[in-house]
Parts: sequence; C-alpha cells; structure tokens
Amino acid sequence: MGKPTGFMEYERRVLEDISPEERLKNYREFHRELDEPERIRQGARCMDCGVPFCQSSYGCPLMNLIPEWNDFIYQGRFEEAFFRLRATNNFPEFTGRVCPAPCETACVLGIHESPVTIKNNECFIIDRAYETGLMVPRPPKVRTGKKVAVVGSGPAGLAAADQLNQAGHLVTVFERADQVGGLLMYGIPNMKLDKNLVLKRVHLMELEGVEFRTNSWVGREVDPEWILEKFDAVVLSIGATVPRDMQIPGRNLGGIHFALEFLTGQTKQLLKGSLSSNGGSISAAGKNVVVIGGGDTGNDCIGTALRHGCVSLKNFELLPKPPKERTPEFPWPLYPRLLKVDYGHEEAIHRFGSDPREWSILSKEFLDDGRGNVRGIRTIRVEWMKDSGGKPVMKEIPGSEEVWKADLVLLALGFLGPEGATLDAFGVEKDNRSTIRAEYGKFVTSNPKVFAAGDGRRGQSLVVWAIHEGRKLSRAVDTYLEGESFLP
Amino acid sequence: MALKRRPEAVGLYDPQFEKDSCGVGFVANIKRQQSNAIIQNARQVLENLEHRSAVGAEKNTGDGSGILVSFPAKFLENKAREAGLELPQDRLYGAGLVFLSQDTRERELQKERFEEVVKEIGQKLIGWRPVPRDSSLIGPQAKACEPEMELIFIEAGKELSREEFERKLFIIRKRATRTIRDTEIDPHAFFYICSLSTRVLVYKGMLKPTQLFPYFSDLSDPAMMSHLAMVHSRFSTNTFPSWDRAHPFRFISHNGEINTLQGNRNKMRGREGKLESKLFGPELGKILPLIEPDLSDSGTFDNVLELLYLSGRSLPEAIMMMIPEAWQNHTTLSQEKKDYYEFQSCLMEPWDGPASIVFTDGDVIGAVLDRNGLRPSRYYITTDDRVILSSEVGVLDLDPALIQVKGRLQPGKMFLVDFREGRIIEDEEIKKRICGKRPYGKWLREQRIEQDILPINGESHRFYPDTILERLRLFGYTFEHVRLILKPMADSGKEPLGSMGNDTPLACLSDKPRLLYDYFKQLFAQVTNPPIDSIREEVVMSLESYMGPEQNLLEETPHHAQRLHLKTPFLTNEQLTALKHLTEKGWKTLTIDTTYPAEPGDERGLLQCLDRLCGEAERAIEEGYTLLILSDRAAGKDRIPVSALLSLGAVHHHLVRIGKRTQIGIILETGEPREVHHFCMLIGYGADAINPYLAFEAMWKMERDGNLSKELSDAKIVQNYIHALDKGMKKVFGKMGISTLESYKGSQIFEAVGIDPEVIDRCFSGTPSRIGGANFQILAKEAKRRHSLAYPERPLPLGLEYLNPGDYNFRAEGEKHMWDPESIANLQIAVRYDRYDAYKAFADHQDARSKEQATLRGVLKFKSTQEIPLESIEPAAKIVRRFVTGAMSFGSISKEAHETLAIAMNRLGGKSNTGEGGEDPERFVPLPNGDSKRSAIKQVASGRFGVTINYLAHADELQIKMAQGAKPGEGGELPGYKVVGEIAKVRHTTPGVVLISPPPHHDIYSIEDLAQLIFDLKNANPDARISVKLVSEIGVGTVAAGVAKAHADHILISGHDGGTGASPLTGIKHAGLPWELGLAETHQTLVMNNLRSRVVLQTDGQLKTARDVVIAAMLGAEEFGFATAALISMGCVMMRKCEKNTCPAGIATQDPKLRAKFAGKPEHVTRFFFFLAEEVRKLMARLGFARFDDMIGRVDLLEVDENVLNWKSERLNLSRLLTPAQRYNADTRVFCCIPQEHGIEKVLDQKLVDQVNCPLSNGSPIRIDHSIKNTDRAVGTLLSHHITKQKGEEGLPEGSVHIRFNGSAGQSFGAWLARGITLELEGDANDYVGKGLSGGRLIIYPPRGARFAPEKNILLGNVALYGATSGEAFFRGIAAERFCVRNSGANAVVEGVGDHGCEYMTGGRIVILGETGRNFAAGMSGGIAYVWDPEQRLMHCLNTEMVEATPLETEEDELTILRLLENHIRFTSSDLAQRIVNEWKRSRKEFMKVLSPEYRRVLESRGEQEKEAVYG
Repeated sequence: MGKPTGFMEYERRVLEDISPEERLKNYREFHRELDEPERIRQGARCMDCGVPFCQSSYGCPLMNLIPEWNDFIYQGRFEEAFFRLRATNNFPEFTGRVCPAPCETACVLGIHESPVTIKNNECFIIDRAYETGLMVPRPPKVRTGKKVAVVGSGPAGLAAADQLNQAGHLVTVFERADQVGGLLMYGIPNMKLDKNLVLKRVHLMELEGVEFRTNSWVGREVDPEWILEKFDAVVLSIGATVPRDMQIPGRNLGGIHFALEFLTGQTKQLLKGSLSSNGGSISAAGKNVVVIGGGDTGNDCIGTALRHGCVSLKNFELLPKPPKERTPEFPWPLYPRLLKVDYGHEEAIHRFGSDPREWSILSKEFLDDGRGNVRGIRTIRVEWMKDSGGKPVMKEIPGSEEVWKADLVLLALGFLGPEGATLDAFGVEKDNRSTIRAEYGKFVTSNPKVFAAGDGRRGQSLVVWAIHEGRKLSRAVDTYLEGESFLP
Repeated sequence: MALKRRPEAVGLYDPQFEKDSCGVGFVANIKRQQSNAIIQNARQVLENLEHRSAVGAEKNTGDGSGILVSFPAKFLENKAREAGLELPQDRLYGAGLVFLSQDTRERELQKERFEEVVKEIGQKLIGWRPVPRDSSLIGPQAKACEPEMELIFIEAGKELSREEFERKLFIIRKRATRTIRDTEIDPHAFFYICSLSTRVLVYKGMLKPTQLFPYFSDLSDPAMMSHLAMVHSRFSTNTFPSWDRAHPFRFISHNGEINTLQGNRNKMRGREGKLESKLFGPELGKILPLIEPDLSDSGTFDNVLELLYLSGRSLPEAIMMMIPEAWQNHTTLSQEKKDYYEFQSCLMEPWDGPASIVFTDGDVIGAVLDRNGLRPSRYYITTDDRVILSSEVGVLDLDPALIQVKGRLQPGKMFLVDFREGRIIEDEEIKKRICGKRPYGKWLREQRIEQDILPINGESHRFYPDTILERLRLFGYTFEHVRLILKPMADSGKEPLGSMGNDTPLACLSDKPRLLYDYFKQLFAQVTNPPIDSIREEVVMSLESYMGPEQNLLEETPHHAQRLHLKTPFLTNEQLTALKHLTEKGWKTLTIDTTYPAEPGDERGLLQCLDRLCGEAERAIEEGYTLLILSDRAAGKDRIPVSALLSLGAVHHHLVRIGKRTQIGIILETGEPREVHHFCMLIGYGADAINPYLAFEAMWKMERDGNLSKELSDAKIVQNYIHALDKGMKKVFGKMGISTLESYKGSQIFEAVGIDPEVIDRCFSGTPSRIGGANFQILAKEAKRRHSLAYPERPLPLGLEYLNPGDYNFRAEGEKHMWDPESIANLQIAVRYDRYDAYKAFADHQDARSKEQATLRGVLKFKSTQEIPLESIEPAAKIVRRFVTGAMSFGSISKEAHETLAIAMNRLGGKSNTGEGGEDPERFVPLPNGDSKRSAIKQVASGRFGVTINYLAHADELQIKMAQGAKPGEGGELPGYKVVGEIAKVRHTTPGVVLISPPPHHDIYSIEDLAQLIFDLKNANPDARISVKLVSEIGVGTVAAGVAKAHADHILISGHDGGTGASPLTGIKHAGLPWELGLAETHQTLVMNNLRSRVVLQTDGQLKTARDVVIAAMLGAEEFGFATAALISMGCVMMRKCEKNTCPAGIATQDPKLRAKFAGKPEHVTRFFFFLAEEVRKLMARLGFARFDDMIGRVDLLEVDENVLNWKSERLNLSRLLTPAQRYNADTRVFCCIPQEHGIEKVLDQKLVDQVNCPLSNGSPIRIDHSIKNTDRAVGTLLSHHITKQKGEEGLPEGSVHIRFNGSAGQSFGAWLARGITLELEGDANDYVGKGLSGGRLIIYPPRGARFAPEKNILLGNVALYGATSGEAFFRGIAAERFCVRNSGANAVVEGVGDHGCEYMTGGRIVILGETGRNFAAGMSGGIAYVWDPEQRLMHCLNTEMVEATPLETEEDELTILRLLENHIRFTSSDLAQRIVNEWKRSRKEFMKVLSPEYRRVLESRGEQEKEAVYG
C-alpha cells in the first residue's frame, strides 16, 4: 500500500495559515487547505507501517485506520478514505481541527524526520466528504424500539448518540445549554472550530433520527425519575465542567473569570450576531489581560482576547518552559511536553512583539483597584526540582516577586470533574477522584440502567478520548439492551 | 535401555516420520554366469559405502545393511540336505529368510501358523533350516531386538508354472504376515519374511556394512553362487530396532524418500474396490489391504511394485508407471513415450520424491533415477561382462584397462541388464518396447475428455454486487485479504510478499474466529530430501491432472484413458458450468449442497450436513455419476456454508474408507478459498478441481471500485489470479520436493495445530495433530460467528462492512501481535536509556501477552518449587554466553546494523551470525579498542555466497542452514539493486546482478549428503563446531537424530515465526510449526536414541523474555537465538518493508540516505541481553536452580495454566509436549557433554599436511604423489585450512604445491581448495568435486590405460564446483548433473555436463566441449558459459528465463576460450580440445556464448568505466 518511497521524496507540509494581521480581524477559521496534488503527496508520505504507532495506545485513542486512509489519499480515492475514516471516528470534522494529534507524535516517520500530516489529512477527508455530498443522512434501516436518553451533548454524548442511533435505538439527547455540542460549541472558539460545522452535524443527526432537546437541564428542567422511567437506558455524558479555581487573596475581585465563561460568552455573541463582534458578556477590549494556565484553553483565551482588542496580554504557567525537542524523559513514541507556538501565541507575538508566556511563575495575590475590581497580580518565580523519589517539587525563589498589571484575569486551570447535582439525581456514585464510578469497558454506573462516559467518567481529557468513550459505551449499552452487539 | 521393537508414538515422537537414505549398489554378470566372486565383489562395494551409512550412539550397532542374490540352488540343496530336508527333484520350490521371535514358544506358534497358511494356499511346506549367525559382533541395542532367523522351504503344491507359483508364494507371504505379525504370538513384531521366492534370496539385518558378511556365514559359503548381488547400506534418522527395515526388499533397494507417501497410500486404498486380476483370481481378496502395516516408504513402494509385477506387468514397466520421467514439459521426448506416460497417469499418480531405485527379479536387474536425479548412481561396464553400479565410483578395485564404459544414471532414465538376452538394454530401447505395446496414443485421443474444449451449456456464476459484501463477510474475507493478498494476484498475477516474521497467535489460541485452513501448517522438505526450485526447475513441475473414475489398476484397456484432463485445477465459472452439464461419453455430474440451516447453526447441523454429504456422494457413485460438485453457493442469510475443507475432507475420506474414492471426481464450487495456502490444502486433501467463485467476485469488485492498479477485464483478472495460484502452488509443492499436482493431490502434507482427534479422524485421517484442540462444536461456533456478522439482525454501523483484523499488519483491537507498539517502545526505551523499569514493563507485557494466548508457551506455567537466594545463581555474564543473534546476512541488513550486532555479541561472549552472504575479511581483525566485528557463527547456506576457505577458517561455529523459520523450503533472492559494491565484494559477485539462493543445498539431497557436508566443513575448520539449522515440523526430531548421527556438534530448531527479509506471505504465515513442538520433539527423540549428550541444542523463533528462555530450557534447549528482539533493540520498528529497501531505521536497507539514520549501538544490544540474563537469574532463583544446565529438560516443572485458556483453547492437550524425555531412556545425559567423533585425525590430508610441512617453512614448490580411493573424502580441504590459517585469503603463490593422485577420489575432492595448490587426479571422482573452490586448481583425466573415449564417458559426479569462488578446473570427461551450480568465479573446462548445468551461476568462465543436459543455465545471473555445440542441440536444453545464447562476439571471447583450452590440453592431454584448437577457424563458429543480458550490461558499463579511467 501507499508509495513505498514517498517519505523519502516529499517534505512534510502542514496547512498554511492566513497571516495574524488578517485573521485577527475576525473569528473565522484561518487555515488554507493545500492543493490536491500536495495533499496526495502528504498521503504518500505514510509508510504503511507494519506496526502503526499512530493508531496505538501512544497514538490515536480512536484507533483511526490511519495507514489505510492515507493510502487512499495517495491513490486519490477520497471516498474510500472517508469510509475508512468514518469506521472509527464519528466526528472527524471536529478532531481534524481541534485534536492535539498524538498520532503525529507517535508517527514512526517522526523518529528521524517530520511525521506525516495525519491531522490535516483527516480534516481534508471529511471536508472533502462534505463538499462531495457524502455526508448525507443515513438513518438506520431497522429500529429496535428501545429508547436511550443521552444526558449531555459534548463529544462523548454525541458519539454515543450517533452509535446507538445507528444500532437502531431511539436516542434523545438532553442538553442544558441553548445549543448542542458542549465544549465543541462553547468551549472551543470559532477560529478553531467553525460553529457551523457543529450545527451542520447536529442537523444531520437529527435527520438520521436523533432527537435533541436543548435548554433541558436534567435535574432542573427535566425530571431524572421521568427519564429513568421512560427510557430503557441512560447515558451520562455530562463532562467535567467544574473548573479548577485558584484560592489566593483577591480571588473575589471583579474582572476575574473562568476561561469558559469568557469563551462561551464570546461564542454566544457570535451565534447571535456577526462574526466580527468583539466581546460577549465579558469583553477584553481595551484591557490588560492576564491568562493563567498554559494549556490549549489558555491559548484560546489569548486568541479571543486579542480579537476583542486587549491592550496588553500575559500568560502565566506554573511549570517550567518545556524543551523544543524530545528529551530522554519523553522518548518516542511517548507524547512529549514540548514548547509549541499555537495560534494565539503567534498572534500575540505579532501584535505585541514578544511571546506572552511567562514560565515557572506562581500567582500569589490579585490586587484590588479599590473598586472591588482587579488591577494587578503579584507573582513569584519558582524553581522545579526532583525529590529523592524522583517526584518534581516546586520551590519559590526568594526575591523574585513581581507585580503585573491586569484588569481582566482569565483562569484556564483545567477542570476537576462533573457537577454533582445530576449524579445525585440519578443516584450515581462517584469514585475517589470525584468522577463518575463506572469501570472502563463496562461503563455501567452504580445504577445498572445508567451508563457513563467521557470527561465525567475519566476526568478532563481530549476530544478524541471523549469520542472513544462514547463509542465504547455504546457497545456496552447495546449489549445491555440487545444481549449482543456488533458495534466496535 | 534397549528397545525390542520400534516405539509407538510417544511424547511428540511419531515413528511414521522416520526417514532413511542410503548407499546402494549391485554387481552382476551380464551373461548370467553364476559365481561366488560376484557376491564377494558386492561385499567390497558394500563395505566401501560404509561412510554413507550411520551408526548411532553405539559404534557396533548399524542402521542396517543387506544383500539380495539370485536363487542359489546349489547352496540351498546343500543346506537342506544338512538340515535333513528333502528338496523336490521335479517340482518347483521356493525359499526365503524368515525373522522369528526370540522366544521359543512364540517361535513355535509362529511357525505353526505359517505352516497353516502354506497349506491354506494349497502349497507344501518342506521344512525349516536355522540360519547360522555370529551375534557376538553386534551391539547391545541391535542384539536386544535381534530376531531368530530360519530359512523356509516351500514346495509347489501341484503343477504350477514358475509365475503361478511365485504368485502363490506372494499370497502366502502376505497372509502369513497379516495373521502373525503384531498378534498375540508376535507381540514384539519380530515376524518378518525377507523374501519368499524361487528367483532371489535376501539376507539383511540391523547391521553395519562391515558386519553383514561376518554375521551371515552363509554368504561366504563357496556354494553360494549368484549372477547378481544387490547390496544396500542404510542411514536412518533413528536407532530404533530396524532389522526388518533394512534393505533390500523383495524386489528393490531404494536410496531416497517418497514425499507423497500418505497420498499414495490413501489412493491405493481407494483403488482396492476396483482391483481385479485374472492371474490371481479370487485369491486377490486375501491380500487386502494391499499395503502391509508398519512399513517404511520403501517397503510400501515395494508392496505396490510387487503387485503390479505379479499381476502381469514387467518390472521395468511397473517402475515406469511409478516413477515416470518429467514428460509433460519435455520438448524432445517422442510422442509415443508421452502418450504412454499420459496413459499411465490416467491409472496412477507418480510416487514422487528423490529416488535411486535398484530392482531385480533375477531375470533382469536395473536401476532408475527420479525425474530430478537427486541421488547419484554411477556404473562401470567391464570387458569381462561385469556391471558394477553404485552410489559412488571406486567402490570396487578394477584394472582400468578392463573398463569399457563409465556411465551414470540420468534423471528419469532407466538402466537395465537383461540376463535372458545377456545384454544391457538402453533406456530408449526398453521404453520404446514398453510404449509400443499398445496404441496408447489412439486410446487417449479417442477416450480422453479435454476440459478446455467442453461446450458451455447454461448460465455461469457472475458478479452480484448487491449481496457481495454480506457474502464476503460470511466467508471471512477481510480488508487485508482483499488489499494484500488478492490485489497483487489480480493486478499482475504475482504472489504477495511480506517480511519479518509472524507474531500473531496460532489459530487454536486466537480469540477470534479463524478459517479452518489457519489451523494447518504446511510441511516441507529438510535434510532427507531436498525442496525443489519450482521457478528455475520448472521443467520438472506440472499442474496437469486427470479426474473422474479410474479403472482397474491391474489392467490396461482403452476405457482406462477415459478421464477428464485438466491443465490446472482452478476452474473459471464458465469451465465449471461446462462440467456441471457434462454429457460427453455418458459422463454425468451431481452437484450437492454443502450448507446447513443457520438456525440453530450449531454442530448438530454441521454434523448432519457432513453425514448427508457422505451419503449423497456414496449414492452418486452407485448411480453412475462420474463427477461430484460440492457447492456452497446456497450459503446466505438462511444457510451456513460448511468449510470447503471440512466437507471435502469428510467426503474424500469416507470414499477412501469404502474403497471407492477413485471412482468419482470431486470438484469444489466454493466461496471460501482465496489464498494459495487454501488451495494447496484443498488439493492436498483430495480435491480434483476448484472453482473459487467468490474470490473472483471480490477481485471484480475491486476492479469496479477502481482499486486495481489498472483497468482489467473480468476474464483477465481471473487469468492473472489463476496464474498466481499456479505459481504459488508449484512453490508449495516444491517446498516439499514434490513436482506434480497428481502426486500432491491427496498427499496431506500438513500438520494440524489445535484440531481435535474427532475432526482429524473423520475428515483428515492420517494428519498429525499433536495437541488436540478445536472440535466440531468449536468449528461450528466459528462459522456461526462469521454468519452472524454477515447477516446481523441489525445493519452494521457505517464503515464496518470493511473489516481489518490486522492479521498481517498490527491494528489496534485487531488480532494480537506479540510485537505490538508497547513492546517495541518499552524495549527501545529500556536499552537506549538503560532503564530497567522499561525493560520490566516490556517483559511483563510480553509474558502477559503470552498468557493472552499468542503462543503455546503462553498457556504453560511453572509448578511451584523451593526458592533459593539470588546470590547462589550463576552469574549473568555466564548466561549471556548462551545467547546468539539470528542469521541475517549483510545484504539483507545494512553494514552498520550487521557490524553492531557482531560487536555486541563479541562483547558479551555470545555469538553473532553472518547469515548467508559472506563476511569482509577486514572484520576478522580486531579493532584497536578491543572490539571485534567478526561474526563467530559463519553460516553456510544454499547460495554459498562468499563461502571461501578463509571465511570458513575464521569461524567458531559453522552453521548449515537447512531451512529458515519464516520460509522453510524456500530459497531467496537478493534483488540487483541491493547488491551494491561492498555486498557484491563479500559475496564474490558482480554489483547490480541479482543473486538467487536455491531452495536446496545442491550438495544435500539426503541425510548422508549432510553427513558429508559436515565432514567437509570439519575439514575446512577442525576447530569450529558444526551446527545444523532445522525448522520445527512433525518429524524434525527424527531428522535431528539423523543429524546427530551425521556428527553435527550442534542443532538449532527454529520456530515458524522467525523473521525474514522477504518471503511470499504463504510461507510466513502457513509453513512450519512453533519451536515448542519441534524443540520438545527433538529433545525427546534424541534422548530416546541416546544421542542427546552429543549435541548442543539451540532454539529460536520470537524468543524475548526470561520466561521464554526458561521454558525453552525446560523443553530441552541449551542455547537461545534472538533476531527480531536484537533488531528492535537497535531501532527496528517492525515496518515490515524489508523487501522494499526502504527501512526507515536504516537496518534492512542499503540506501545510503536511510543507512545514515541507523541509530543502533552495540550497548543497546548488550543491555537487552543483560537485562534478559538478569531476569533469567531471578526466575532460576524462584524455581530453585543454581546452575542453568540443571534446568535443561526439566519439563516436569511445567504444567498447563488452566486460567488462561479461552473458549477455543480449553480443549488443547499438551501432555505430549510435556512428556519427560527420560521416561524412555533414564540412563542418558540430557545436555551436551560428549564430543562427537569426526574422524578428522584419520583423513588422507593429515599426511599431506605433514608432507607440505605446515607450518610452511619456505617457498620452494612441493610435489607429492599419492594413491586415492572413494573412501578418501574431502581431500585437500584440511590442507587448505592450514595454509589459509597462515596465509589468509591470498593463499600460496601459484604452483607452490602440486599433488598427483591415482585412483577414484571420494566425495568433495578438492573442496575449498586454497590458492597455490594443484590437485591432479588420474582416474575418476565422485560427487562435489571442487565444492567451494577457493583459488586452487583441479585437474582430472581418465587413467592413461583406459580404452574408452574420455569425452563420451563420465568422469566426475554431481554438483561439481558448487559455490566455487575462484580457481580453475580442467576435466577431461563428462561431469554429471548440476555442474557449476552457484559458481561465482571459478573458470573450468569440461567435456560435457548433465542436467541443470551452470544453474544460479553468478560468475566465472566455463567452457563445455560437448553436450549439456536439460535446463542449462537456469537462474544464471552472471558469468559466461561457452558451449561447443556442433550439432546445435544447446537451444533445446537452454533455460532462457535469464540468459540468451549468441555466437562468439568478440576477440576477448575467443581469447578466453583459447587460453582455457590450451591449459586444458597441457594439463589433461585432451584429444578433443586439441582437435578443436587445431581447427579453430571452423570450430569457433560452433561455439555458443551463454550469458544473461543483465550481466552483459553490467560488464559493458564496467568496460566503459575502465576505458574512461584509461582515457579520461
């Protein structure tokens, strides 16, 4: 399969981006697809490994059949590529955009050279499938008559809904927000994932027979008892929505928000109005912004704040600056913690001339402007060492205190777990990590009729993991309902 | 402990896999003059063949020898008189030697019973005469089972002709044997009748050749006179009691092996229902079943030959039927002969396998060679009317002046002395006589039905796109089947290739449903017979066959020819339609349905279906149907198809059992088979033809989907596919050494792994299946699972119609692979960063994987034992010395990788292996830092690339690679683009020219040949241990016993899952067995034979962890090989693209850009082995062993781990694997502690070494004269070793040592002769002259006093100059078969060669002044042959696949020839060469130049480069 010498002949080429100058003007996606011959060459670079690490436990949790669809791309057989992709991944249009692509860090070609552009290839396949009319509704031919309620419409819930619907069950999805999609809708900014894609997909699923009920907060608007009575099985895919907080002095000052509030507000605004709107309930326009937390969400906050028109921007990270290349600590094929310059960072550099990130920095106190609003942050630098057991420990560096100007602080510190109320409503137990207790593989909770998957079960993770869990859960639910299952 | 009889199958040992091989010969007086001298001549012949026989653990216990003489009437009269018996004056009588019980009472009962039989058949017993014997000579083992022996005399009951009386004696013998042997009066199977005849008398026993005459004083009685004496010395693969298995049999002696035995036996059984003979009348029924129990292959052959002979065919005719020439593709064979052979193939399939058979009935004596000529047979005819024929020349002292003709038997040719006519009858004449007896051609033309001209009546199966996906799933088709297997076949008719090994679970352990075919492994030829190169030696291969009812074997009528002729067993849909509606000649076809209801779809349905099929098949025969089609076309939503293999097996064996199988043809119309292995199995279990309709559809679908490389018509796709199947199937036959479909059909050359006896007994009767396993219930369950997946109650989710279980390439959630991402990653992290935690994670994961049932060892666990402290265990540094790396050639892997391995293993004190492909002498010199790049193990493989005397002299171990785990029975090919400069240099070949390794070693066609090669190598390096690498399969234990008796120091048993640089996927997946079975069988058999203590036993095949090592030790191994694990330590990521030269880790590639990426270091490899050794120590501590040696063979500490068995594997029975070997021989040691005796101290070379005065003092030329005889073997080799040790590759200056011999040289004359030595021989020579010639010069010419014309007589044996690398040779006379095979640099002149000359040659200049045999220059990728061809016959003999023949082109050509001819004249005084040179103007036009166009281009471009260098 594939072109045996492709990797020796062609260089890796990722998508080209619209310049920061241009893209900062709006909230649109800013990648430009390669031309078709170049995409085919990128497919040809795949080595069709005997042991493809891209789809192993180091790579794609969805076990995408990457060598196979890469080969189809190389052959220009995009339709077949789509079906191979669709076999393992319900939502490639999402993962092809937002996934950090562990497949690429595990790619065997990456040992000595640049890995295959797996993520871009995936995105190309699905975008092409939409363009060529392959994404048509395919409602199941046989209905079992069994009803399944899915609570929460993030990637795990959507994947479960899609799988169970295809298996012939009647699926109703309950979403407390006004839009379906969970993090896909409100957690990820439009630049990264165009909301139309989410809407389009939800519409397709509706045509395939999935019923979506928005503004239906189970436990508030919807009675869990009713759900338990009306449905043959319940899927809890409620995510891990409790944000990690930072209990330091001044936390209760105005102008300090969780990242999700900020991002959600922005997206809501967008959905309501024009793409060039600058700010929702929380606006960064004209503000000195500090984003605390150096992950993807932090970066999304940076990109959004820049578009709002902030006047300065800083990004704090407690951990030290990661290396640019692999170290023995993270040898191939492990997922390395490497320094990357994401779109937000790039844009910040463009606008302010320097990287907004500060490493090994610990926030000690939020400073009051006297009006109950934040005006700045006092920090101290830290040093990281290893204790006798090899565990990293942090030490504050005396005399390294600094004060940073800030009138908007965004906390992007990750999430702790699911919100308890819904769980209690279903009488579902938590385990000691405060996530839902449901063994991987079985996915059944302490209530035999209730199943759980996604961040709510496994804790905060990647979209691919959420889809993975939704799929695996579906097999368990289907087996529960039918005695056997052909779902993968 | 000595055994009285051959053991039954115990443990993994099974007596039906014993093999033997031998030396044969006869001396006869053409004019029928009887004398005792003939017998004494034969004695000398026999005793001079002693080195071709073997002795086991006891020096005075031989494998068997015997003699057959013509009926010595005078002697018998004397002895009868002495015994008080009265012989009739006017009536016929017969006599024969009978083996009887040691126990007096049993003996009396046996004799009584015998007498009753004589009476029952209406003849009269005269009496018994005890045979005097000297039992004091023989060893305890032979003595323990030595029978009593008496001569029986029987008188003809009434007036009978000699022929009639012979038939009565035959029936008596059969009846007596059947009613006495193995019954309660003969519990130890002593009873055996050597012969019973009025024509011949046989003496034989479990004796060494030198013991036969002293043992039987009768043979030295002057009254014992004969006009013929046939002798035989046996080399068996075991030392179990074998008095009766000694040859000669009643009519034959055999040197060889019948590969197709099981099929031949079954087919004979299937013919019994039709047997009728006017000559025998109703008494024929008394001898059924025809084939006696407990017979070797030779004994079975003799049984059938005897029946054909006694029912009216002449002996030569019967032999021609059983061992036909390769007639199908023969361009020069007469039509009459072809007709004859074709007619006979309508009656019976060939008995295929290497064979030199000597046969006699007293009136004629003759010999015949199989179609491949794989056993040597040479003869002399003297002026005093004697004929001496034997496996070797020089076995009888003869005055050269008496010799009239020196000849050899040629492949497929017969040599016959007719005493009635008092002359030798040429092959041509005998066969003309036989072929002209009846109008065979006319019969064939009138009766034969040609399949390809039958009218197509009716609708054929087409492409049904609507249902195809479901049907593909129903028959278990996967994405890989379509993309990996079918695509290349459909695209271009090529078989798919792969690389690395197979690391997926055995079918019987896999949790996934697997096709029945996956449970069976192909067997292959190793040691006792050679595999065949089905590509280069296609002239002997044939897929033609006949189907439909056979007639009575004992007659010949026109009706016998009325059979359906097929060119290939694969039927297109149209061809099947034609057969379905056949009306020709009253034939009719019944189609029966092989599906059963999907509900409930359990084993009851399956079994009912099988019952129905058998009943319908039986009825079809009764109702006069001639063809039966087993069809699964009805399979679908409501019907589950029975596996085609299962339904076929059930019907075939049912019909065999009722003696009717040959009365109907069986055709399969099935959706199931798709890959070569499937088809091989179906043919191997008796199908006559197959229509794989679904495979066709699958490919048509690919075409319509645009998934083929180009647009192809449906018909073209089918044609390509069938072409690929044809080729692939021939390759599989070739692996077993079988040439024709007819003899492969029903031969069952498979071993089942994990099939329950209930299935075997019903459907695959006679197939070994040693660990039990899946029964009908499980098979039904697997079928049901496939069915439910194909027709799920609810539609499958999108994308799932394409399954990819990851059988070949790893797929997450697919089939398990031992080398999964976690294993590779952890191991690499461990060795790179010296992280024990990662190693531990790797090992734990591996062992857990094993427990998840990938391997047989995975289902074992250790019994609990007393732990001992870790400190008391022997150090890791000692354990690592037991580790070696696998054979990987420089060429298959890069220089960097190869040298890294060598340095690592030298640091450890373990051993690395050169692989096939030589080694740069620079690497023999240690590096300044103390490291060494020299590989301790030097492999000697079939291609002999770079195997020079210098290479051999620099080894600690010389490993003869008989087979490779990943592709046993196959050769290899290094494509031209991989033969870059350095590789070409160490391989002694030309860069850019493809290199082919033949499937067999051309100097090993038998066990005695292997013994010879071991001896040769020991001479080439007396300090190196000689290892023989075998691959696990049933019977490998008995082969290993033979190898131990052939004096190997070391035996390696490889598992089927080992790696490879490239091989057809069929070989990787379906050939060979796990090492667990092979190792345990070998250990058990060696211990039983008391041979275990003489050899070191090593195993390899996906070994990775301490648990693997310890289990292997407990099953009998002392040393352990690792290849994949070592490669992974160096950075291999199991890309499985080795064959593509694109290895991204820089290992399996020669591309400089990729090689630059190689990041492996010696310390990575040494770390792996030290981690491993430390883990071994921990395990030893846990088990309570301080010394590794104490653990060897402790299988009693292993047991099956019930906890890890799954729904499929819970039925496995590993008790035979876990049988302690010592149970059968408690007194023997179970690891190597006694050195082998090689006899090097006694060789002629020891004298030469003294005379040449090694160490060499000065440079003055040395001349020596010496006599030589056939027992002086490998002359010149030890001398070359000593010279090379001092002088290296250079050797001595030209002309330094010149040794002149007189006589007949033994085998391997001048093997690996070093530069500077000349061996001159006046006389003749045996096989393997100048093997591996390394710069020396060989001169051979006939005795000066000889009266025959040298250019018309045979001078040297088979396979001369095999693997020669440099030097020159001048032979005034004809060389036998396979001259200059794999020569890569020697120049030679010879006056004629046999078949397959210059095969696989890659270099050198050969001048042939005479004829070449068939298939000349096959696979010859380099070098030039100049053939003097005045009669223009070369073109008929040339294999033009790789070469072309042109007239001489350049002056350079002429100069080359003239220079060689001038030397030829100077050295050998050749008249012929002189005449040619004298008339050069004319004769130069009679020369043809043979070379490959590719080689020509390389030479020309090189010429250009040289010119540039000169002029540029």
